[in-house]
Amino acid sequence: MNLAGRSALVTGGSRGLGRALGAELARRGVRVVLTARGESALDEAVAAIRAEGGQAQGLVADQGEKEAVHPLVGAAAALVGPVDLLVLNASTLGPLPLRELSETECEDFARVLEVNLLGPFRLAKAVLGSMVLRGQGVVLAISSDAAVSGYPGWGAYGVAKAGLDHLVRTWAAELAGTGVVFLSVDPGEMDTEMHAQAMPEADRSALARPAAVAERIADLVGSADRLPSGTRLDPAGLSRVA
Amino acid sequence: MAPATWPRDDAASTRLLVVDPAARTWRDAHVEEVARVLRPHDLLVVNDAATLPASLSGRVREHPIEIRLAGPPDGDDGRHWPAVVFGPGSWRERTEDRPKPPRLEKGEVVAMDGLSAEVVGVSPLSARLVDLRFDREGAGLWAALFRIGRPVQYSYLRGALPLWQVQTPYAGRPMAAEMPSAGRPLRLPLLRALRDRGVRLASVTHAAGLSSTGDPAIDAALPLPERSEVRAPTVEAVGRAKARGGRVVAVGTSVVRALESAWDEPEGRLRAADGLTTLRVGPGFVPRVVDGLLTGIHEPGESHFELLQAFAPRPLLEDALRHAASAGYLGHEFGDSSLVLPAS
Repeated sequence: MNLAGRSALVTGGSRGLGRALGAELARRGVRVVLTARGESALDEAVAAIRAEGGQAQGLVADQGEKEAVHPLVGAAAALVGPVDLLVLNASTLGPLPLRELSETECEDFARVLEVNLLGPFRLAKAVLGSMVLRGQGVVLAISSDAAVSGYPGWGAYGVAKAGLDHLVRTWAAELAGTGVVFLSVDPGEMDTEMHAQAMPEADRSALARPAAVAERIADLVGSADRLPSGTRLDPAGLSRVA
Repeated sequence: MAPATWPRDDAASTRLLVVDPAARTWRDAHVEEVARVLRPHDLLVVNDAATLPASLSGRVREHPIEIRLAGPPDGDDGRHWPAVVFGPGSWRERTEDRPKPPRLEKGEVVAMDGLSAEVVGVSPLSARLVDLRFDREGAGLWAALFRIGRPVQYSYLRGALPLWQVQTPYAGRPMAAEMPSAGRPLRLPLLRALRDRGVRLASVTHAAGLSSTGDPAIDAALPLPERSEVRAPTVEAVGRAKARGGRVVAVGTSVVRALESAWDEPEGRLRAADGLTTLRVGPGFVPRVVDGLLTGIHEPGESHFELLQAFAPRPLLEDALRHAASAGYLGHEFGDSSLVLPAS
């Protein structure tokens, strides 16, 4: 997908990878809508993109709330046109510090699924029809190593991310031939606020910078039409492709 | 015809009345059969305008009123909107039974929940038709409209519609005051079946306006001028379809209005267009672009029925509708569908 002139909706766009990816897409000429729950961090992210000369808008929304989905998609389309690229980046770790499954409350597990799995499902569902009609579009899910390996303490998060990967695969199969491409990417460990919350003891200097990862993901989206829809890339795969 | 009192959960079960003007017959079908009735190279053109949360509660001089946005904003800043003012009451009352709103004057301010708008114009047609200027623009305005606005409601429904219920499966930019409802049954599996059949899809973005205001002067003038966008790829798709012997089938009367207004009569061709259309289609109108129409079940007396007569003779339509009523078809916005086939 040729990025210049496209429209993108990036969830979790106020911090970490989402913010970096929003900024990188805007540098490549994409009209970006960032969404997040926190208004002040979102305003900052939007202002930073505009200060660089990029086109960005911010919409406050909680993607874990069912009622928030259509207002978000509608307002985004009003601002930048029907969404060409949906980046499903936002997610929650659940209560911190991370705890193993036997110590996870059912309600907390449900909330993680609501935000990390059902939210992306609903959002994608709300934009897919327009993509199918136009015969083009990219849905990019940000996944995690925890979707593949069972790490103690990462149960709810990992289950939701594994589900997200499988949403991508299933949608790719169901909408094959429509021109809509589904991808999921495990970006690897990055130096973000979320990473610090999950693993406060980690050596931050050994972690990748979100801006560098965002560049590779933007490259990937730029060449999304050359990958089979439903592809899942791990950090090594992302480096090879992009 | 009994109205559908709620959208069907299963859109694929929507019934389809197939009217064939060439054979002067009609028959019963289900909406999925559209993919078999249409042929390779036919072009199905939909209206991809999403539905606005056009109904806003507000107060003016302490009187409660309802504002219904009548179309997308005009002007560059996105703050100026045409709107119709309603008196107090709710969707459970028919628009014509609602109490009249106070007369709004230029310069007055309508206060809403966390948002306000100044009356900057009052139509000579009716004092209830006004131009509003909101107190903000861009993301701030759109977020506020989606927070406090609700879709326009219908008194014959058994409940209040949430926003997602009034979106077509392929909705894009929010521009329609009310849902372009003819496209409601075109779910993704049906769109794919059409593609597999070799039927092409294209879209226009047409800001379908309010269907009823309860104000005789405004209602007599409906549809008001509507913003309509026909883009170059759709113009090309129409040309390709016609060149290959395909037919152009409009999904909904708004698509007929959009395509026929983009027809350039002196040049004898369809042109890309983005502007207001005032075209009215009715008996005697000779469509130059559209050959057939997938739409709801429209009865005599409705403006949509007038439009249908540009595609099929009135006696045939009346016979088909009598049959549909006795066979239990459902009418109005969320009812069954009809397909008026191309006459040739």
